[in-house]
Amino acid sequence: MSSTAIRPKLVAASPAERLKSAAPLLLAPVLAGLGFAAIGDGATWLTLTVAGLAMGLMIFIMASGLTVVFGLMDVINFGHGAFVSVGAFVGFTVLAWLAGWTQSPVVMLNLLAVFLAILASMAVTGGIGLMFERVIVAPVYGHHLKQILVTMGGLIVAQQLIHVIWGPDAIHLSRPPSLQGAVIFGEAAIEKYRLFAVAVGLVLFVGMRHVLRSTRIGLLVRAGVENGEMVEALGYRIRRLFLLVFMAGSALAGLGGVMWGLYQETITAHMGSEIMVLVFVVVIIGGLGSIEGCFIGALLVGLLSNYMAFLAPKVALVSTIALMVGVLMWRPQGLYPVVKAK
Amino acid sequence: MADILLRLAGVHTHIGPYHILQGVDLEVPRGGVSVLLGRNGAGKSTTLRSIMGLWTPSEGEIHFDGARIDGQSTPAISRAGIAYVPENMGIFSDLTVGENMTLAAASGKMDPQRLSWIKELFPPIATFWDRPAGTLSGGQKQMLSVSRAIIEPRKLILIDEPSKGLAPAIIRAMTDALRQLKETETTILLVEQNFQMAKSLGDTVAVMDDGRIVHAGTMAELAADSDLQERLMGLSLEVHQ
Repeated sequence: MSSTAIRPKLVAASPAERLKSAAPLLLAPVLAGLGFAAIGDGATWLTLTVAGLAMGLMIFIMASGLTVVFGLMDVINFGHGAFVSVGAFVGFTVLAWLAGWTQSPVVMLNLLAVFLAILASMAVTGGIGLMFERVIVAPVYGHHLKQILVTMGGLIVAQQLIHVIWGPDAIHLSRPPSLQGAVIFGEAAIEKYRLFAVAVGLVLFVGMRHVLRSTRIGLLVRAGVENGEMVEALGYRIRRLFLLVFMAGSALAGLGGVMWGLYQETITAHMGSEIMVLVFVVVIIGGLGSIEGCFIGALLVGLLSNYMAFLAPKVALVSTIALMVGVLMWRPQGLYPVVKAK
Repeated sequence: MADILLRLAGVHTHIGPYHILQGVDLEVPRGGVSVLLGRNGAGKSTTLRSIMGLWTPSEGEIHFDGARIDGQSTPAISRAGIAYVPENMGIFSDLTVGENMTLAAASGKMDPQRLSWIKELFPPIATFWDRPAGTLSGGQKQMLSVSRAIIEPRKLILIDEPSKGLAPAIIRAMTDALRQLKETETTILLVEQNFQMAKSLGDTVAVMDDGRIVHAGTMAELAADSDLQERLMGLSLEVHQ
């Protein structure tokens, strides 16, 4: 620029600003510390902490798709639980087909069977997500009340279809032998499946962060969450992006359904709608549309549920709601609110 | 007769129950800067949004570079060669400055030469490249918004009040930058209330009131005629200098 140029200066953020931004990251370690102080016994604390992390990460898998769908498309999808249930039933069917592998003592065959079940579930729920978006969600973009009504309707239809295809009874879903039993750390017994769930959840979180932070499609999603109109003005067809994200969110719910089904070892048509209360709590705590917030919220919910179930079983059920109220009193938009363009 | 790049003929736009544009006729010649003036609420921003397809005109036609574009989707209009700098700047504050620029290069890669030119034009783009755009000042956000619009060669750039809310020094810097941009023969349709900036950049001018164009001519003619300014705007534009 000419003589009128302004010299830009880089100003470091103040310690108070940095602390404000990083504070939510400290919540899970602080909660774990408080849990340790309250429980007193190291082995029990370790068992409960791993159980809490596993539960939290499975909820994160189911909630991540919902939060991105809400953030990008401003769609409140009460039908998300249907994808969890369908995913679990498809996973069960594949695992039943692969009974030779799931009952084999060979670890690789067990893991391969679970991997194929997950893959099939994600493919089916992603495909159903495509139809769900086109038929049920697309006509009600911008109308929240209608979205709640039609997606609830979609959930009921999906549950009834599950009854038609797989029957109305609860189905027992056994884990492959290599995911049964526990690993002993000192005096603590940690279930193998919980370690598996933690690993899957962490890999998924890292993968999602990578996609959102380092790929063009991720940039578009993040930009679209903030200002979809401007994304269109830059030449991108945001409706295609909506569809892609909805399918991905549905597929993640399907993955969550398989993981949750194997965790509970019982699947029902209503399992998705039952877990949706916790999923919504996590999405609200995290800040609608925020993957990082959703991740922290899920860890908090998982850890708190397990600690409270041990320390005070009677208040365990309300503890997650109390957590949500506490977080919203501190940060009314959630831990990491996504800034929406006005 | 001038080569007309953009032509609006009898454009009406409704927003909900409000009839905002009431038959806009506007011609933007190829090359140079056309300025759209008018008081708040006259319909200037709605005109730009209607051109971009962000509001769909209920009546009338919009022709761009020989093709009719009203009724087309916003991405299709953008890809036809129109860039848009909205009044609120439309910055993605969660993305870094570099990521904002990357997305703006819709064809894929940024041309290194063009990027160097932009960084020279707007030094904060280089300085804050890796910073979240939400941490920039108002003036720097405006520079980023204009930079995004010019990261690829465009036939027409629509800029909505680039001086709004900026300090005088930043406005001078922005005016200098837009003047350099003008020298590249990029066509600009500029909505502006700062008459000093409009006068120094504009070749042609149209004045809007109540959703219609009430005057169209050269900027030199309007700038030299304070009576005309008084009549068109209700008060002398010189007051706003």
